[in-house]
Amino acid sequence: MKTRIALLGCLSVMTLLSVQSRANNGDSSVIRPMVADPANAGLKLPTGFKAQAIAENLGAARHIAVTPLGDVYVKIQTSKPGKAIAVIHGNEVKTFGTYRGTGMVIKGNYLYTSSDEEVYRYALNDKFEVINPDQPEKLVTGLINRHQHEAKALTLDNEGNIYVNIGAYSNSCQVQDRAKGSKGIEGCPIRDSAAGIWQFRADKQNQTYGDGTRYASGLRNVVGLDWNTADNQLFVMQHGRDGLFDMFPEYYNLQQGNELPAECMYALKKGDDAGWPYIYYDGEQHKKILAPEYGGDGKKKGGENAIDPAIAFPAHMAPNGLLFYTGNQFPAKYKNGAFVAFHGSWNRQKGQKGYFVAFVPFKDGKPTGKWEIFADDFAGVENIQSPGQAKHRPCGLAQGPDGSLYVTDDVKGTVYKITYGGK
Amino acid sequence: MKKIILTGVALSAALSFLAAQTKKPVAGSSVARGKKVYEQYCLTCHQVDGSGVPHLNPPLIKTTFVLGEKPALVQVILKGMQSSVPIDDEYYSNNMPPHNFLKDQEIADVLTYVRNNFGNKAGAVTAAEVKAIRAKN
Repeated sequence: MKTRIALLGCLSVMTLLSVQSRANNGDSSVIRPMVADPANAGLKLPTGFKAQAIAENLGAARHIAVTPLGDVYVKIQTSKPGKAIAVIHGNEVKTFGTYRGTGMVIKGNYLYTSSDEEVYRYALNDKFEVINPDQPEKLVTGLINRHQHEAKALTLDNEGNIYVNIGAYSNSCQVQDRAKGSKGIEGCPIRDSAAGIWQFRADKQNQTYGDGTRYASGLRNVVGLDWNTADNQLFVMQHGRDGLFDMFPEYYNLQQGNELPAECMYALKKGDDAGWPYIYYDGEQHKKILAPEYGGDGKKKGGENAIDPAIAFPAHMAPNGLLFYTGNQFPAKYKNGAFVAFHGSWNRQKGQKGYFVAFVPFKDGKPTGKWEIFADDFAGVENIQSPGQAKHRPCGLAQGPDGSLYVTDDVKGTVYKITYGGK
Repeated sequence: MKKIILTGVALSAALSFLAAQTKKPVAGSSVARGKKVYEQYCLTCHQVDGSGVPHLNPPLIKTTFVLGEKPALVQVILKGMQSSVPIDDEYYSNNMPPHNFLKDQEIADVLTYVRNNFGNKAGAVTAAEVKAIRAKN
């Protein structure tokens, strides 16, 4: 490690003379030379950690995967022809594919991706390069997409199963979505085909709802999810509901609307129900509370059969990435712990929250302590009032073969690489 | 806490009233009233600076709908808007619910405020115009 730091030091002098190399994919994407950045690419990190931007202006960079040889695959949220997936190899960026979407995972010799309706996989060669960029296998098709909560984020276990989020196309399953005074639908029908995690086979083509299993239900929308290999279990981050103050000022004041409900991490077993839309989790009362669309008043409890979260975070911060860290580069406390990328809130009033990557220490599949902010200042502005002011918003997370942590930004398409160099 | 919030609300209302008085913008009192409607019903989604939320809620800054023909804009307030409708070639994921419970004057005020704020410059909307458009539904 020391040699690497010394090397990086020499190289940083050389960068003063070098010019940024431009990607030759015909747009404004930029690859940064792999040298130390004394400003840590604008991020605030714990002592001993460094960050650099390895690529910029890729577009809306969503989830990310790194191959065992260090190539980086990034899912871009765009429908522009040939721009769906960016591949960063050394000083070069190439793109391929034509579909919007978020999902991006490498498992074994396959790259798994998702559009907003489908799941694909691409076979990789012995250098972990996509063999046939134009002809992926279509594993799953026909998943519901009604624009709201459309991202089909995914992860895999070690037994050949793939887990796909199908978000609820609604805030709280009202007769009229987000309308003040509109009641919640009894026996919410959205839960039949969405608001949960579906399990499919990773090696079978053209599966649809009938071929899969609703693995867990009552999850409003999940973008960050990961398989925890330490206890062989699926963990997800739910995006909690909106509008408690806006729609129910008789039960909630502005401050309560800002702080409720908690953004929750759930450890899932097959058949679990997290309770949406009937309840939400109140992180201050530490209770499942009946949703006001279903007769709640901010105090009545509900969801006797719904699971409790593994850990609860402040409201509205929009967790878009989850990664269990299994590397050896970072200090011991990070091993098997969870990193969570909080995209940043929009529906708080008088000041937004999030726009950072958090860390939760874990042991034996359970959080052992309080969460903390790991990487901060993505927004690049003080006292952010609206998400449009954010220069960067963290979204996807991945671990490199050397244990480095990669973070995407879906405002400008920056890819950050975070490394630990000691004190 | 409630007292502080109430005092804050009263203060900011007074301040915005004063600001409206001193600036004397087009239809000054309508703009001042519209700001209050905006803060209560629109701000959470469309944001304090009208910039919206990227990919989720549309901005209100110089868009075709905001600056365009009044009937179409009034209908967005009355009927809401589905996420499947593009705005200036962009899609936004969240549905806007109908706000037909607002009075004609409130709709006129908030649209006049939006059309003369956030860098926009467009004609005021009157309660009579809203009434006529609502009557056609």
